[in-house]
Amino acid sequence: MTGSPGREQVSRVLQQHGALMVLAALVIVGSVAFDSFATAGNAASVLVSSSFTAIIAVGMTFVIISGGIDLSVGSLFVFGGVLAAYGSQYGLFVALALPLAACGLVGLLQGLLIARTGMAPFIVTLAGLLGVRGLMLAFSDEGATTYLVEDSAFARLGQGGVFGLTWPVYITALLAVAAMVLLQRTAFGQNVYAVGGNEQGAALMGVPVARTKVYVYLMSGLLAGLAGVLNAARLSSGVTILGIGLELDVIAAVVIGGTLLTGGAGGITGTIAGVLLLGVIQSLINQVGNLTSAFQQVVSGLFLALVVVAQRLLGRAQRLG
Amino acid sequence: MSQSAAPVLEARQISKRFPGVRALDGVSLALFPGEVHALVGENGAGKSTLIKVFTGVHRPDAGELIYDGSPVAFGTPLDAQRAGISTIYQEVNLVPMMSVARNLMLGREPRGRLGVIDTAGMYGEAERILAGYGVVTDVRRPLRTLGMGAQQMVALARAVAVDARVVIMDEPTSSLEPREVETLFSVIRKLRDDGIAVVYVSHRLDELYEVCDRVTVLRDGRVAHTGPLAGLERLKLIALMLGRDLDEVRTGGLTRFSRDRHRTGDRDGAQPAVQAVGLTRRQALRGVDVSVWPGEVVGLGGLLGAGRSETAKGIVGALPLDAGRVLVAGLPLRTGSTTAAIRAGVSLLPEDRKAEGIIPALSVRENIALAALPSLSRAGVVSDAKIDKVVEVFMHRLRIKAASPHQPVQELSGGNQQKVLLARWLAIRPKVLLLDEPTRGIDVGAKAEVQALVDELAEEGLGVLLISSDLEELVEGADRILVLREGAVVGELSGDDVTEDKIMASIAERGAESDG
Repeated sequence: MTGSPGREQVSRVLQQHGALMVLAALVIVGSVAFDSFATAGNAASVLVSSSFTAIIAVGMTFVIISGGIDLSVGSLFVFGGVLAAYGSQYGLFVALALPLAACGLVGLLQGLLIARTGMAPFIVTLAGLLGVRGLMLAFSDEGATTYLVEDSAFARLGQGGVFGLTWPVYITALLAVAAMVLLQRTAFGQNVYAVGGNEQGAALMGVPVARTKVYVYLMSGLLAGLAGVLNAARLSSGVTILGIGLELDVIAAVVIGGTLLTGGAGGITGTIAGVLLLGVIQSLINQVGNLTSAFQQVVSGLFLALVVVAQRLLGRAQRLG
Repeated sequence: MSQSAAPVLEARQISKRFPGVRALDGVSLALFPGEVHALVGENGAGKSTLIKVFTGVHRPDAGELIYDGSPVAFGTPLDAQRAGISTIYQEVNLVPMMSVARNLMLGREPRGRLGVIDTAGMYGEAERILAGYGVVTDVRRPLRTLGMGAQQMVALARAVAVDARVVIMDEPTSSLEPREVETLFSVIRKLRDDGIAVVYVSHRLDELYEVCDRVTVLRDGRVAHTGPLAGLERLKLIALMLGRDLDEVRTGGLTRFSRDRHRTGDRDGAQPAVQAVGLTRRQALRGVDVSVWPGEVVGLGGLLGAGRSETAKGIVGALPLDAGRVLVAGLPLRTGSTTAAIRAGVSLLPEDRKAEGIIPALSVRENIALAALPSLSRAGVVSDAKIDKVVEVFMHRLRIKAASPHQPVQELSGGNQQKVLLARWLAIRPKVLLLDEPTRGIDVGAKAEVQALVDELAEEGLGVLLISSDLEELVEGADRILVLREGAVVGELSGDDVTEDKIMASIAERGAESDG
């Protein structure tokens, strides 16, 4: 009684690769419509500006597949950046290790609270969002102190590169591939899907549910911190006003990429496509010229709504199949 | 049945309390290698709790668990599973969105180079294992696209494949077709021959007698009986489960329907209470005609997947129809709208009461009053006094056992939850009641009460459509039976023709599946 496998398969492919298809279509349309769109320079600028969101989105994908949410990533991003700039006066190692340790610790604490006490991820990470931003502000005298990057090796990490692309783009690509392998080809990845798909069932099948959740939030915290570090290196300073509402952009990108907000399904490819899609929309709107960036948010919002409706319909098609 | 050996798993004087309930009270049970041990009892007898103690979900308050000759305390299901105790649950506890292969192999995926999962190897292994259980499918598909039977087989294959020494099965056949049940039984016998101890929990007596060697009867958290199953009379077994006198059970019959099943319904010139014509739905229904007259119980017979639930859902508008219409007392009903059906007096008691019926956190009172709220309120304001009255009447009449009307429904037993649902629909005074498996998964006592109630309601002029997988219940409960097969009515039985043999014959008649 499972019905036509063809239709079921089509809807599954759409679910997983819909964002990629729309991305390809937009790139083609943009190339035809605007001379200055399909240039190496523009492509590089889209990739560079998307890479920081993408790093955070990779962590968020794990969190959402596991059935959770992480609202603290925007705050961790800016916290990581400020700590990195501060740490850079003591050299490259401290500039990297200090923010990663701090953000990892926050992620770990959030994970422990969620996994061990059964508190709702939304609330725990909302507390993280507020608390970490407060911590960052306290650290920087209400944002009055801006830390400049003093170590040039660290600055090169964000600004240098090869073949017209900066190092963060390559780091993002490496991380994405590693995350794909982790998600698809390791027991940990399988556990993430199982926990998000049926937590009770997963526990009965012997999946270490709590441990899996802790790792997922730890990872998300680390990656948000890393994105902040790289961004600080790019800007040569720890800017305290960044990252407000960034967690929502990241969640939007992950969902547009086909990961179900209810958990249990999704993937890294889709997330990367979702991040790039939002980047390309922004770039296209810049090409039009007389539209403000506010318009970009309207389009992104509409697009997100469209994706959620489409997922709902596709989900129904798969069930009825 | 080499039972001379030492027990592989033994419970000694296990007790377990939950707030307000003594779930297990000094229960002892020994499981020997190579036996199939039936564990039976009414709901609330302590079967589930005992199983959860065996599998490390619960820790006993007192008593000890002896595994392989030494005391053990499993902290988690994983501990128990690693030690060799596997469980398959009544509701398939796998991950629906993950692929069949990944579900089957979760936690022991074959590794390739660099320690990553060898996907090709995993698919091959999964296919090979499943073939042994008669499941041939594309193992890369999401599990949820499989039928329930096949999903249950995946769960079983998973449980057995982990080098289990004890396999616990909690109502494994509740969603299987007869053919699949046979496959399951052959697997169980093979396990037994391999020296594995199987604990088999089921409400279906036929199955117990077919596959089990010994039986332990639990009642109110204590062991009421342990012994070989062969030679134990069925009525005696039921009496043990119910804790009643054997003679009382004998005179009462196995079900509580009245023996008089020759009501023909009130047909004098009137219209059928509900009449469905040509219900059609892609892959589920192929032109089903059903009519129920006031005061009669019409049974729907057939195998799982024959379209019984779909027919009922189609009538009340819970399943979108491709074609067909429904008349209530001669007037056409807007299809596809459950609200219209309820207004017209047609109510469905759904099969899956957890997902489709009760609202667990609300009280008994609120659950009962839910559907009747429009008739109990004026200008949108609900009358508390009227609700209290209705709730009181039905709690009394249906003998709903709850501490108070304000107790959350989730704390009641399955049977009482079912009665709350029945009360909800009766409170709106329906003309036709569609009952989908009204006694599935509820204990024998509550079952009898629900059956008696169905009888009573029909006597009062209600039209009832009864769906049941329990042939005995169908035969004793229904005045007339329509047999469905593959989404079409293939036979109609009434009067003296309403027998189990004739239903089975009708199912088998043109059935390709009858060989299975």
